[in-house]
Amino acid sequence: MQSQLPLYPPQASNFAPHVDALMIFVTSVCVFFAFAITVAVVYFFFKYHRKQPNEVGVPILGDSRLEAAWIIVPLIIALGMFSWGAVVYVDYRHSPPDVLDIYLIGKQWMWKAQQPNGLKEINELHVPVGRNVRLTLASEDVIHNFFVPAFRVKMDVVPGRYNTMWFRPTVPGRYHFFCSQYCGTNHAVMGGWVTVMEPTDYAAWLSGSGGGQANPVAAGEKLFADKACATCHLANGTGRAPSLNGLYGTQVLLADGTTVTADDAYIRESILQPNAKIVAGYQPLMPTFQGQLTEEQILALTAYIKSLQSQPVPAKGAGIAPSSTGKK
Amino acid sequence: MNQTAPTAPAPAYQMPRDHYLNSSYGIKSWLLTTDHKRIALLYLISVTFFFFIGGVFATMIRIHLLTPNGALVTPETYNKLFTMHGVAMIFFFLIPSIPAVLGNFLIPPMIGAKDLAFPKINLLSWYIYIVGGCFVLYSFSTGGLDTGWTFYTPLSSIYSNSAVTPAVIGIFINGFSSILTGLNFIVTIHTMRAPGMTWFRLPLFAWAHYATSLIMILGTPVIAITLLLVGFERMFHLGFFNPSMGGDPILFQHLFWFYSHPAVYIMILPAMGVISEIIPTFARKPIFGYSFIAASSIAIAVIGFLVWAHHMFVTGESAYAALAFSFLSYLVAIPSAVKVFNWTSTLYKGSISWDAPMLYALGFIGLFTIGGLTGLFLACLGLDIHIHDTYFVIAHFHYIMVGGAVMGYVGGLHFWWPKITGRLYPEALSRFAAIVLFIGFNLTFFPQFILGYLGMPRRYHSYPPEFQVLNVLSTAGASVLALGYLLPMIYLTWSMRYGKVAGPNPWPATGLEWKTDSPPPTENFHVTPVVDWDPYDFNNRPDLGLVAGAPLAPAHGDD
Repeated sequence: MQSQLPLYPPQASNFAPHVDALMIFVTSVCVFFAFAITVAVVYFFFKYHRKQPNEVGVPILGDSRLEAAWIIVPLIIALGMFSWGAVVYVDYRHSPPDVLDIYLIGKQWMWKAQQPNGLKEINELHVPVGRNVRLTLASEDVIHNFFVPAFRVKMDVVPGRYNTMWFRPTVPGRYHFFCSQYCGTNHAVMGGWVTVMEPTDYAAWLSGSGGGQANPVAAGEKLFADKACATCHLANGTGRAPSLNGLYGTQVLLADGTTVTADDAYIRESILQPNAKIVAGYQPLMPTFQGQLTEEQILALTAYIKSLQSQPVPAKGAGIAPSSTGKK
Repeated sequence: MNQTAPTAPAPAYQMPRDHYLNSSYGIKSWLLTTDHKRIALLYLISVTFFFFIGGVFATMIRIHLLTPNGALVTPETYNKLFTMHGVAMIFFFLIPSIPAVLGNFLIPPMIGAKDLAFPKINLLSWYIYIVGGCFVLYSFSTGGLDTGWTFYTPLSSIYSNSAVTPAVIGIFINGFSSILTGLNFIVTIHTMRAPGMTWFRLPLFAWAHYATSLIMILGTPVIAITLLLVGFERMFHLGFFNPSMGGDPILFQHLFWFYSHPAVYIMILPAMGVISEIIPTFARKPIFGYSFIAASSIAIAVIGFLVWAHHMFVTGESAYAALAFSFLSYLVAIPSAVKVFNWTSTLYKGSISWDAPMLYALGFIGLFTIGGLTGLFLACLGLDIHIHDTYFVIAHFHYIMVGGAVMGYVGGLHFWWPKITGRLYPEALSRFAAIVLFIGFNLTFFPQFILGYLGMPRRYHSYPPEFQVLNVLSTAGASVLALGYLLPMIYLTWSMRYGKVAGPNPWPATGLEWKTDSPPPTENFHVTPVVDWDPYDFNNRPDLGLVAGAPLAPAHGDD
């Protein structure tokens, strides 16, 4: 139970104890220095209070050893803070390999989450306890920020790109999330609740309330046909554009000789700015879909392309780099 | 006795017969003046006007946040209030306050010059400030501004329906005022020092302004052009920052913070200069580590240009970039720490008076120390992912900008008021006001550190009920803080007419500006002064009227 005036929010993710420990360390160091300076100033203030109107102080011009000490000692302590902070941050910025992928779209002024099975939620996010969860964040308009105080993590949601963040919920419960990047009129009410559930409850919730929800793969497949993607991206690799079978997650060989991993960000970029990265052996023919697809539709297309992972890769025309140049 | 008494048996001073205030009369003699002292007073009136406007917005913000659902205004209005509070306070009060008022007034007499190097450019800079200010006031009064003072794109460039364009034009114009002031200071300090005023005899106030001027000249063009690009994107739909037109919203943040982080040092460095003058004067001894304090100002100005992306740790910027900027942010903390240690050491074995300027200076040390130390929390990558964009940040930068810069400004006004006006203010009342300001400030902003760690994001017109207690505390503190600002406004104004005549050097202080009349003549000195003493040296200055008594202890503080 928290008291009426808590000093910190509930600890409900793998990061929370680390961030709080770091907070206690930095606070202790800072309180020590603030206390030392306050005591010195107050002591001198009374001890050396002017007794006679004409009195002057003792002319002490300085001391290089002292100067060296109070440059070097704070520097060492600061480097300690830097290093510890860096360890926590690097951990936060590199999601572990086995994650539950959830997509989150911010728009003025609401959040739309999409679970792995396509289940959609608005201003709610359900996650299982003990599982690494990676959020892929996209914005339909301005910059937002997804912030869960109980998890001690936040990340900007930037239009035009995907950001990712991850955490592992540790305590079942319901926790506030906020938009913490000012995004216009109703910024303050652009929030909701994260519900952390036992894995069995989560599985039941996913299947139970999923009825009637559009499957993103099906939606993506329909879009793929509607937007005439299939005219060029033939599955057998004989089209004017590379086959997308088995593409997701592999290395793609580009016209300039470099390779790129076919992840969500690459697929998004290839849809919106097709000329940014040209697959080796193909012409820059694809029109841009900038402004013609919502972030949700891009996610659906990505889900469909992902689903082609299991399809047979054609011998020619896949764009996938030979395994010798790939990292795998 | 209700007046600040000179420490020597008080001779009855008379106002000098001729000084810069009575050299000519009439509105034209003010609006067409090239006297740096009169221009400083023009700035004093204008920045006080903007401080008052920003203060009214702040008051409304604090009243609104008394209840979780917002007690006063609509969400649209609230967003405009905090935006206009930030724009008025930062661009039109904090940045010009100390340099354009105190720096303008004091740098020429401090170095023994008759005026700044370019008096007409100095007047021009004030007019530019006024024109820029008019554009911003136009924006405020025709729909207001709701982008946040940070103008983040694409919210500011595409989505906001408020009067963004006149505001960014106003800030663009105002930038030139800042650049010209910086240019004037640098040229003046280089070329117009009196005979004997070597670089290492310069007052630390001048060193701080030199460092500040470097930032003004090198940084301001970047923000001016960046905000102009926002205006172009709004007016002509050129895609600089809007991703749907091929722009990059993160690019805006890089450009914005490239100036706006160093701008924090434009606000705090001059205040540090003020403190470096007040402390040795009221401790009556040379400042401890003069060259380290001077060098730390330059170090802050230089390293301060290399830390901007610490505002962007959670934008998804490269983790490697974040590591570099976090490291550099810790480096820039060191010169500030050096200053605090040196100021504190200066008090050791001093002859400390409890006059109002000293109370403000010691208050500055306390508040700036908290503000600076909490910067270490935000520079810490692992902590920033939690406290970024929360009230922790609000508390931190108000400790620096209000607790630091404004405390320094008000302290400096009290210190040099006798020089500027020739008169003293009520002593007991001024001490009382300094204490009220210190207490009110802490009551207002300390609860916000806790609010931030609990997770309350900034710029919220409504909030979950669990945050209410701390918000009410903060608002209660703000009413004490407001009293702390109103008191000096009232008694300083009163003293201009009714205060006791100060005489040339009431404290007494060692600087060259105290060797001339109060208020000084238009040309500052009747005879060009020659400097043959070291800064802050009270022991070899018989002209100060102090008995250079036998030292209390060996002069090197080894014991």
